[in-house]
Formats: sequence, C-alpha cells, structure tokens
Amino acid sequence: MISNQIPDLIRELISFDLFPLTSAICVALSCGLIGNHLVLRKQSMMGDAISHAVLPGLVAAFLLSSSRSPVVMFLGAGASALITVALIELVKRLGRVEPGAAMGVVFSVMFALGVLMLEQASADHVDLDADCVLYGQLETLFFVAPNQWDQLLSIETLRAIPTQVTTLIGLTVLVLIFKLALHKELRIASFDPGLATTQGIHAGLITVLLMVMTAACAVASFEAVGSILVIAMLICPAATARLCTDRLSTQIKLSAVFAVSSAFIGYLLASFVPEMLGMPSSLNAAGMMSTVSGAMVAIAAAASPSHGLIAKSRRQRSLRRSIAIEDLIGTLYRASEMGITRSPTTTIELTMHIKDLNQVIQAAERQDLIINHGSQLELTKTGLATGAQLLRRHRLWEGYLVDEAGIRLDNVHDIAEQLEHLSTQEPVPDLQTDPQGKPVPPRMPPTL
Amino acid sequence: MNPTLAQSLTQTHDEIPSLREILDTLTLQSGFNTNAVIIAATLLGIAAGIIGAFALLRKRSLTADALSHATLPGITAAFLIASALGFNARSLPILLLGATISGILGVTLIHAILSHTRLREDAAIGIVLSVFFGIGVVLLSVIQSTATSSAAGLNHFIYGQTAAMLTNDAIIMGTIAFVSISIALLVMKEITIVCFNESFAKVTGIHTGFIDALILALIVLVTVSGLQAVGLILIVAMLIIPPAAARFWTDRVRVLVLLSALIGAISGFFGSSVSALLPRKPAGAVIVLCAGSIFILSMLLAPKRGVVAQIVRQSTLRVRIAIDHILESKYEHPEQHTKADLTLRVMLRALGFTSSLSASSTLTKRGLERGRRVHRNHMLWEQYLISFADIAPSHVDWSVDLVEHVLDDQLIQRLEREIRESGLHLDHASQEARS
Repeated sequence: MISNQIPDLIRELISFDLFPLTSAICVALSCGLIGNHLVLRKQSMMGDAISHAVLPGLVAAFLLSSSRSPVVMFLGAGASALITVALIELVKRLGRVEPGAAMGVVFSVMFALGVLMLEQASADHVDLDADCVLYGQLETLFFVAPNQWDQLLSIETLRAIPTQVTTLIGLTVLVLIFKLALHKELRIASFDPGLATTQGIHAGLITVLLMVMTAACAVASFEAVGSILVIAMLICPAATARLCTDRLSTQIKLSAVFAVSSAFIGYLLASFVPEMLGMPSSLNAAGMMSTVSGAMVAIAAAASPSHGLIAKSRRQRSLRRSIAIEDLIGTLYRASEMGITRSPTTTIELTMHIKDLNQVIQAAERQDLIINHGSQLELTKTGLATGAQLLRRHRLWEGYLVDEAGIRLDNVHDIAEQLEHLSTQEPVPDLQTDPQGKPVPPRMPPTL
Repeated sequence: MNPTLAQSLTQTHDEIPSLREILDTLTLQSGFNTNAVIIAATLLGIAAGIIGAFALLRKRSLTADALSHATLPGITAAFLIASALGFNARSLPILLLGATISGILGVTLIHAILSHTRLREDAAIGIVLSVFFGIGVVLLSVIQSTATSSAAGLNHFIYGQTAAMLTNDAIIMGTIAFVSISIALLVMKEITIVCFNESFAKVTGIHTGFIDALILALIVLVTVSGLQAVGLILIVAMLIIPPAAARFWTDRVRVLVLLSALIGAISGFFGSSVSALLPRKPAGAVIVLCAGSIFILSMLLAPKRGVVAQIVRQSTLRVRIAIDHILESKYEHPEQHTKADLTLRVMLRALGFTSSLSASSTLTKRGLERGRRVHRNHMLWEQYLISFADIAPSHVDWSVDLVEHVLDDQLIQRLEREIRESGLHLDHASQEARS
C-alpha cells in the first residue's frame, strides 16, 4: 500500500521547481518553434525589438489600472508590441529607412519611453521592477504544494497555480495549434513569398500572424522569464537546428528538442549546481538558459555532421589529399608516356610542390595506385588506368579551352590543371589529340 | 565645488525648476559636476552621431545593439576578478576595460559566425546579444549571491544613471568620446570611400577589413563611454537615431555626418540638462526621446524624403493627371460636360483653363493650348507603342493614359521624328487603334 503522504523531497520539488521549470520549458518551446520562421526570414531581431518595446505598454497598463492583474498587463504589453510592429513597418515604408535601423529607432524610443514612465511610476511608490522585464523572476514562481497525493489535483491546488504559468501553458498550446494549422502556409511563405501568393496564400497575412505570435511569446513570457530568454529562445535553438539539417521539418523538430533541453539544463545549472558548490543562493535561471542555448549553437557550429566546422575542414582536407594524389598519379603517368616507368622520389619532390608528399605517397599506396620501391615510384595497373583518365580529362579540357573558349595555347595548361580534377562530364565528346598534339588516352572501359 | 550637485539637484526638487535654474543649467553655470556631466553627454552625442552615421552607411546599426548588450558580462567579470584580486571593484576604468574586452569579443564572434557558418547576420547578432547578456545576468546573480560587496552600482550600467556620476566619471566619458571623434574625423575620407564603393576602396589601396574593424572599434569606444550615463540598452539608440534622422535631410555624406553629430549633440545636451533639472528623469531615456522627437520631425518634415513632402508630391501629380484628362477630353469633345467634381472645377478655373465653374464651361485659350498639347502627346505615345513597341492596339489606351503625363519634350521630339521617318500618318493609325 502506497502512503498518501507526499515525501518531503518531492513536495519541495513541486513547490519550488515544478512551475519555474514548466514555465521555462513552455517559453522555450513556443519561442523555439516560432523562431524557426524568424531565422529563415532573416527577421531574428524582431523578437529583440518587440520584447524591449513591451515596456511602455506594461507601465501604461499598470498606471491606468493601478493593478498588477496579469490580464491588464498582458493587454498593455500586447498593445505595445503590436504598435511597435506597425511602427517599424511604417518607418521602413514611409521613411524608406534601412530595416535594421528602423527596428533600432522604434524599439529604443519605445524602451526609453518605458524607462521614463517607470521612473515616474516609482515616484508614486509603485513597485514595478525594471530589471524583471529584462531577466525575469522565474525563481518567484513557487507555490505551496499540499501534503497529500490526492490533494494534488484538487481544485484548490489548481487554483493556487500562478497565473503566469497558466498563461504560458496557454501560449504553448496556442503556438502548437498555430504551427500545426498553418504548417504548409508558413513553410511556403517563409521560403518564397512570391510562390505563396501564386498558390493563393496571403503571404502578407502570414507575416502579420507570425509577428502577432512573436509578440504573444514576448508578452506572455516577460514576467516569468524576462525578455532576454525570449530573444535567446527565438533565435538560438532555431539557429542550432539550422546548423544541423537542411530540411525544415527536421529543423523544427530539432529546434524544439534543443529549446526544451537548454531550458532544462539551464535550470539545473542555475538552481542545483550552486547549491552543490556551497553558494548561498541560486543563480539567475533565465540567464543560465540563454547561456546554455548559446553553448548549443557553439557546439553545433563546431561539431554538426553536415555543416560543422570540424566536418567541413575534414572534408576539405580529404579533397585536398585526393587532388594531391591525382596530381602525383598524373606526373607519374606523364613520365611513363615517355617510357620512364619508375620515377625517383627526389625528382617528384623537386618538381611537384606537395607539402606532405610522404603521406600522399602512403595514401596512394594504400589505394593500390602506386608501388613504392624505396627511392623510386611506379604506377600499378590501376594507377595507370587512373592516370590515363586524368590525362584524358586534362587534354580534353585543353582542347575545349583552345577551340571553344578561345584561350591562347600557352595559357590553357594551368586552367586545365585545375579542371582535370572535376569528375563531371567531359567537356568535348572526343578528340584524338590535344592542341599540342599529345594523344588523348581512350575512355576507360566501363568494366574497370 | 560640490561633487554631488547633480545628485542633490535631482533629489531636492520635486516641483518644476525655476527659469533661473533652467537658464543656469543650459548655460553651464550650475555647478562643476553638472557641467561636466552635460559637456560629457554632449560630446558623447557628437561621437555617437558621427560614428553612428558610418555604422548606418555600412548597415551595421544592429551590430551596435549586440555589442552594447555584450558589454555586460565584461563589466560583471571585471567586477568579480577585481574584487577577487583585492582591487577596488567599483573603479570605473576597470569596469570599462572589462566592457571593452567583452564588447570586442562579441563583435569578433558575430564576424566568426558570419564567416564560418551558414547563419545570417540577423541570427548572428541575436545569438551574441542574447547569450552574452544571459552570461552577464548569470554573473550579476553570482555577484549578488556572494554578497561580499554591494553590486548595486552595476545595475546602473543597464539603464544608465547620470545622477550618480562623479566629475571624474564624466571626464573619463568625455575623454573617450573626444578620442573617438578625433579618430573618426581623421579617417573620415577612407571610411566614406569604403562605405560607398568597396571595390574602388580596394583599388585605391584602402584596407577595407581594417576600416571595418576600425568602425567597429569606434562603436565599442562610444558604447563603453556611454554605458554609465545612458545604459547599455539605450546607448544603441544614440548610434542609430541621429544618423537615421539626418538621412532624411541630405544625400551627401559630409552633411549627413555633420547633421548626425548635431542631432546627437542636441539630444545629449538637452537630455542631460533635463535629467539634471527634473527629478526622476533618467538621462539615457530623455536623450533617446529627444533624438526620437527629432527623428519623427525629420521623417515628417524633411523637404525631399519627408513623409509630408512625399504626400504633397504624390497628390500634386494625381491632381495634374486628373486636370490633364479633363482638358484632353474637353479639347476632343468640346460639347460634352465634364465629369469633374467641384474641387477640380475650381482648380481648373483658378488655373485659368476654364472660363466658368459650370460643368459645361468652355476652355479658355490657355486651357485649349494645354488640352491640345496633352492630346498631341497622347497620340504620339500611342503611335510609338503601336509601331515600335509591339503593343497590341487594343491595349494602347490603357497604357497610354498612365504614361502620357511623364513624357518630356525631348522624347516627344524624338517620337515625332521617328514617326515621320517611318512614313506613317498620325491620324490614320490612331483611328485604327480606336475602332
């Protein structure tokens, strides 16, 4: 028989950690999903602009109604956000101001207005914290959990849930509905507004809806997590996912995973690690989550299998290596055309400028292209065939460059030296000799 | 000399200051500290105006935003390191040094993201902005939780506060601003060339990468010098708004830089004065709102690019087109009544094209002359489209009515010549098109 008593540890977790964590994950998920489209449309900074610009609306709503009721604050902030979006568009169109500058002008003026109003409000001994707008008060979202399991789902307990949390859960549901209902439209409009219009999709309307959703994210989140996490979550998870895939549907799924996990890890780092290190109080959770999401971008930029720096440089290195091998084979083949089957390694070293010649020779040996006789190199049968095909491409390109592109004979060798490494179609169907009269080796039989 | 006069000013006056105080402040006679702050803010305005103009031309406006947010971890880290090493952690030079280092680091990271990954500039800026600020916020909470020393002063760097500024702080701020103005003016020619024509700059032997780095370094300097007074969120406004406002008034880069500096100076001067005179008016916010007002005025009223001027131009054109249409139809069919409404009829009368206000009014000599001219242009253009531009005759009237008002005399002469040379008869072809 399981006891009805909730153990202290779990009760503590529910009281202090459940709701901050839920809110953070809700913010991360909704912002992360919306952010995909902002990043694709190169409008990432819209989230930054909107989340700064909600301040005057908040303060105005607060001063007018003199209450901290979340509904009033939500309305004020929402109005402010929509006005900001409209103003940015207006300044961009009417004033023909560059988009970045238009954004900067509007949001900074709005924010300045907010700061000024806030100072006036604080003059009237009103408690409204400017810092909370920036980095939130996630830590204050605790509630007192009941002692008994069966009371956990009672109406009184559910009523005690902070309104910020319910707002954020509502936001997440809204974002999910928005994304699922308009998935196709959002996708087309994000990549090709022109195509969207020809398909009967109102691309402008989609843009407006996206802005409204961005504003909703910023507004719903400001009190719990502050604007900084909104900006981070709008951009970082989507950017991380973009570095890992080329497919939008995969990117969206990945970004959701990245967003939720950076919220989770960030929360753990902020609230439990300082405790273990013996620090008197926990760290700012919103800030830590942004930091973690940034770290994810950094990891993806370095280690993503498709677009990461490490993978890219490895691909480049292997390409460089295979070109060096081809150059080596080409040189040996030219020598063998003149009847020299074994070329001294020192000659190769002096005539070719290959930095890591020894490694190139070893690699070519491993591929069974050459035989290394110590101080002399000899092509194998495969090596001879590869060399023939290389020289064939080289000489065909020379023929093409002289005949078709009208480049002078003494200039074509260097160009052909680069083009020979292209494994695409041959430039001209067939030539017996190149412009200098050297024979073009026959096409390799398909069996080899 | 009272080093905290600015502070005491803001705290003792809860009512509107007297005219005497206003005049004293605006003419720099209200105490050494207040003066130092106002002069430094004005210098900052000039520096931000000049450097912001280059940032705008290089489309770097939002980079400045990321950069200013990126200074927070530097400030907090400098505070932590300095207090761990036993220095005075609140010393401004140490904090600003930290801000500079992390600002430069932020810019470098944006550059690295742009050149090594597939992410675009907006994402790179957003990532650096939010992540650096996040780190800063975490470090801030570290400082608060260790609680060995008060971190209260650090919050001022976010929103800015001139009231707590001492004379020395103002001198540091003014000096950095002055140095960056001097550097900007010294290399202005090179920056201008890079801003307008990068390849030409390369050909003339200007190192564009260096100039770009220099612009960014200057942005860092301005940001850092304005941190204490304006705060790291609003300092970006001082870099963006003045040049954006100045851009409405001119197309010339020298004038742009000058105007932008002027707008920055005005905002800095008035912003810090108002902040010193009135209670609870944070200088940063007032400076930004001041610049914002100038921006709104410029956007509305500038002679060529202003919104009012654009509306006037557009409606003038619309009225001219409407009048031309009426005159042409009157010229072709004098017996018909015009469909023009009263406003247009008044205009026609006022311009001396008709003899009375009634819809059946006949054209004056002037009106006839103009109607004939419009009709002639119409015919010529129609002719040109039919014979030269392969436009189907059924479409001609539609396209003609839109463009006949923009034809200039030279083009008309060319058309006449071409039509004469092609041996076509004006009336014949146009009748065919109409039938």
